[in-house]
Amino acid sequence: MSELISELDAAGMHAPAGPVDATHGILLYLEEVSVSFDGFKAIDNLSLYIGDGELRCIIGPNGAGKTTMMDIITGKTKPDTGRVFFGQTIDLLKLDEPAIARIGIGRKFQKPTVIEPLTALENLELAMSGARRLRGLLSTRLTGEERDRIAAVLERVGLSEQAQRPAGVLAHGQKQWLEIGMLLMQEPRLLLVDEPVAGMTPAEMERTAELLKSLAGSHSVVVVEHDMGFVRSIADRVTVLHQGRVLAEGRLEELQAHPKVIEVYLGGEDARH
Amino acid sequence: MAPRPSFRAGLTGFALLLLACFAPLPAQAGDEELRATLAPLRAADFNTKAELVEALIAANHPRTVAILTAFTTNRLHYAAAFDRMVISADSAAEMTVEDAVTGEALGPVGRRDLDRITTNNRLRRLIGDRLAQLGLASADPQQRLAAVETFVRNPDPASAALLQERQTLETDPQIAAQLEAALALIDLTSADPAVRAQAAEVLGGRIPAEIRGRLMRVAADDPDATVRLAAQEALAKTELRLRLLGWAETLFFGLSLGSVLVLAAIGLTVTFGVMGVINMAHGELMMLGAYTTWVVQQWLPVNWSLPVAVPLAFLVAGLVGIAIERGVIRFLYGRPLETLLATFGISLILQQAVRSIFSPLNRAVAAPEWMSGTVMLGPLEVTLNRLVIIGFCIAVFTLLWLALQRTRLGLEVRAVTQNRAMARAMGVRTARVDALTFGLGSGIAGVAGVALSQLTNVGPNLGQNYLVDSFMVVVFGGVGNLWGTLVAGLSLGVANKLLEPWAGAVLAKILLLVFLILFIQRRPRGLFPQRGRAAEA
Amino acid sequence: MLLPRWLLSDRAGLVMLAVLVILGVGVPILNLWVPPDHPLHVTSYTVALLGKYLCYALLAVSIDLVWGYMGILSLGHAAFFALGGYCCGMYLMRQIGTRGVYGHPDLPDFMVFLNWEALPWYWFGFDQFWFAALMVLAVPGLLAFVFGWFAFRSRVSGVYLSIITQALTYALMLAFFRNEMGFGGNNGLTDFKDVLGFSLQSDSTRVVLFVLSALALAGGYLACRWLVSTRMGRVLVAIRDSEDRARFLGYRVERVKALVFTFSAMLAGVAGALYVPQVGIINPGEFAPLNSIEAVIWVAVGGRGTLVGPVVGAVLVNYSKTWLTTALPEVWLFALGGLFVAVTLLLPYGLIGLLRRRRESAS
Repeated sequence: MSELISELDAAGMHAPAGPVDATHGILLYLEEVSVSFDGFKAIDNLSLYIGDGELRCIIGPNGAGKTTMMDIITGKTKPDTGRVFFGQTIDLLKLDEPAIARIGIGRKFQKPTVIEPLTALENLELAMSGARRLRGLLSTRLTGEERDRIAAVLERVGLSEQAQRPAGVLAHGQKQWLEIGMLLMQEPRLLLVDEPVAGMTPAEMERTAELLKSLAGSHSVVVVEHDMGFVRSIADRVTVLHQGRVLAEGRLEELQAHPKVIEVYLGGEDARH
Repeated sequence: MAPRPSFRAGLTGFALLLLACFAPLPAQAGDEELRATLAPLRAADFNTKAELVEALIAANHPRTVAILTAFTTNRLHYAAAFDRMVISADSAAEMTVEDAVTGEALGPVGRRDLDRITTNNRLRRLIGDRLAQLGLASADPQQRLAAVETFVRNPDPASAALLQERQTLETDPQIAAQLEAALALIDLTSADPAVRAQAAEVLGGRIPAEIRGRLMRVAADDPDATVRLAAQEALAKTELRLRLLGWAETLFFGLSLGSVLVLAAIGLTVTFGVMGVINMAHGELMMLGAYTTWVVQQWLPVNWSLPVAVPLAFLVAGLVGIAIERGVIRFLYGRPLETLLATFGISLILQQAVRSIFSPLNRAVAAPEWMSGTVMLGPLEVTLNRLVIIGFCIAVFTLLWLALQRTRLGLEVRAVTQNRAMARAMGVRTARVDALTFGLGSGIAGVAGVALSQLTNVGPNLGQNYLVDSFMVVVFGGVGNLWGTLVAGLSLGVANKLLEPWAGAVLAKILLLVFLILFIQRRPRGLFPQRGRAAEA
Repeated sequence: MLLPRWLLSDRAGLVMLAVLVILGVGVPILNLWVPPDHPLHVTSYTVALLGKYLCYALLAVSIDLVWGYMGILSLGHAAFFALGGYCCGMYLMRQIGTRGVYGHPDLPDFMVFLNWEALPWYWFGFDQFWFAALMVLAVPGLLAFVFGWFAFRSRVSGVYLSIITQALTYALMLAFFRNEMGFGGNNGLTDFKDVLGFSLQSDSTRVVLFVLSALALAGGYLACRWLVSTRMGRVLVAIRDSEDRARFLGYRVERVKALVFTFSAMLAGVAGALYVPQVGIINPGEFAPLNSIEAVIWVAVGGRGTLVGPVVGAVLVNYSKTWLTTALPEVWLFALGGLFVAVTLLLPYGLIGLLRRRRESAS
């Protein structure tokens, strides 16, 4: 039984030793990835590379495969074919969700997913890397160092005042920030952020944009977003997904002049902006 | 052999009695002649008795068969009290007797007052042969068949000619086949080895124990090697056929059990699979259907009760289902575990209600006559009620499928299942659809209850006994999939019957439960899962 | 104060523990040292009844740990309770020795009756108290672990899990009904004589069993309370409310679930083991799916996710059951069924939840 318990905290037997190797400047590789559900190709021969420290926006109409792509990166969905690597050496397809989370990939869901009965502080505590070790799991109090880390993240996402309030009573925008804060507590190399500003006021959006921009550089950040204004305010590079494949990639201004992109966004019924 | 012909003879006698009332004169005369022929039997020795038997045959009276049958089974007596020959119903101390000639019931008579007409083996064989001959010529195929079967049991070379003559005339394929067997059995005693080998070959693949026994003896003892070989080959053919028949029988039992499972589960497929509502009271809705059948039988003759009970049970269970949905479940959508508990509470209430209203004891629901007895399904003899259940299951399945595919409600149900918000936006009244869908599933549970009432005890625990099974079928088949439920139910039924011979009924069930528990681990979404993002939500 | 902070903040729990202490001290005194004709005398019947309630309460706490905190509605916890009970019953059977009807030194009566020659291998060791006590934890724990390991690893959750836990206990019930299993079939194990040399008929033994039940409940409660106050407790809530979130935070959800499920099953096993000597019988009926669901409703009535609520619920519901099944047997199932419906519709957080909301709205 004790071996089993120690399994709880080990990053998992599948996790390879050693840090992420991003020496070629690329942190995430998706190559020729395809997946289909009941014959419907959700992802169709998709190739995508995310640079180390890059902030990348991914846009595309509904059903373009954005969420499925995130599912594949985080291990929730296994693709039918293709390769997914984290750095040079880590094959993500061989890992399950917790292992992927532990090697440094954090994911924020489309719907803000915080643990509502727990306070903001407890939510962050839950996400703290290192907390997953058994001794950490079975302790009832925080060490000073842990306290400091949590306080720093609370400060960064602007929730210091809310630390002791249950996450369930926070405003929608605050929940989004709390979730981003939880990702930060994981100390990831790569953050996957699904629709971070849905339902936010313009002021909240601006703060979120600043937060994400401040993360780039030390982290790679992939943002899936519908709001073009928001995308414009944060992204250097934008990838357009359509029907499960990359339609175009480049700076937003270039893309807005791209005939295929215009056709997808204006010609299709799904155009939202 | 004894009860059936005498029953039939009794019927003939009854018919004759009726006839006697309307057309007295010719029949009466025949009766008197017959009485005269019978009278000497009492004092005759066995040789005379044999002659008298021939005379009885020659008289060709409608009661001849009844009298001869009674004679060979020691039920023909002389009753001094009535000064005539009588036939007794049984051989107890007090016997009810009927007039041998008219079949008129004469009431009980003490055994001492009867003088039994004795018989011996020779006489019995004679009567048997004669009866068989009589039967061979009968216009009734059933009687002809019975007669030929007598020859199969007692192959006598002397009757070969008779049988051959009949063979040229016979049109009924079943009887013709039996005639062939009877003749082949006679041929087995032929002096010519070629004829014997030929006969053995003809007898291959025939099931009756007499034929197999004969073949076995021939295969072991026949002086001629080729005949032995032919008999062995014939026996091998029989073995194969027996094994196939055994498999077919298991398959049939399995299918009938599977049909019950499908019936029990298919309503759940609608409420659990389509609506996502866990209805732990499903079993009790079946119980209501079964009790509806019982109530109907209190008012209507048994033969008519089922056609009335089916729609009524659908209504009763359906209305109760709608009441449950409107009263409880609709407040709990999106909280499946709470729904499970609340409906379980309802199931307890329904059980106790039935206990209080009817009785805690089981109620006997009678089976209609048209569902009892057996029928030949090709070479397989199957009980009618199992066959009816299978047919009923197919009918219910088809109707439900059509209802979901072809009706407005079905369309709305499918729309609500796939995307509730969108359906509402398109003007579907989801609340009404929910109630009606739940009512539909519940109603089908009620109909399943009618079927169950024919198979099992109707009591307050009826539902509980099927609940785990029916959930297993739904989960095994893949939630929300009507065809999955059908395949899952039938295959679980067959698997159960396949396991039963070597594991026993209880262990077979345990093994299947364990298998299902393991299966769900491997494929949590069942045999036919709904895949894709929609299924994850 | 000497109490750790996690316990100090749990006021309802402290009240309940205090009540347990009072019962644990008071009942023995009132039973053994107050003369029978005294109005304050507690009869031995009542002692056994209260002891039974305490065992049920421990079962309810074990269910609350997995349901209230981890979101796993087990409809098969009575199976673990019954397995613990059978382990204890097997020990008690072996203690009968030659005092059985057939007087066989090794074989229990029912095996002699079935013409068995020797003790089946799985009965070995049960003549030793320590072995039986170990098995009370190990058998339910192992079953829960194996079952949970496979079920959680394949992500069987929600109602599916509930249904297969029900199938599990149903299968066990069918199995234990079989004489060939070697557990006494239909009749189960009964006619116990003594435990560790103390007669089960004597008042002092019964009182000790009662006190042990109170201690087990207090211990089980404290263990669960401590567990949910640790960071692990937060992980459990995260798993309950958003399993994916927990997984994407890097927690091995299936392992946490399997471990906590195992721990919970062991608690249920202990409850069953203490229950059997107090009621004097264990039979396959204890595996009935209804028993598991009934235990779930105790939790729901008291308030799930509170740990105190289940104790309150188990005692209240069982007291009503004792009272109703003798006074108005016809009404009991109506009442129980109505309770299921009423609690789920009107009291989603049970009595404790109701009290808390009162207090919150008052303050």
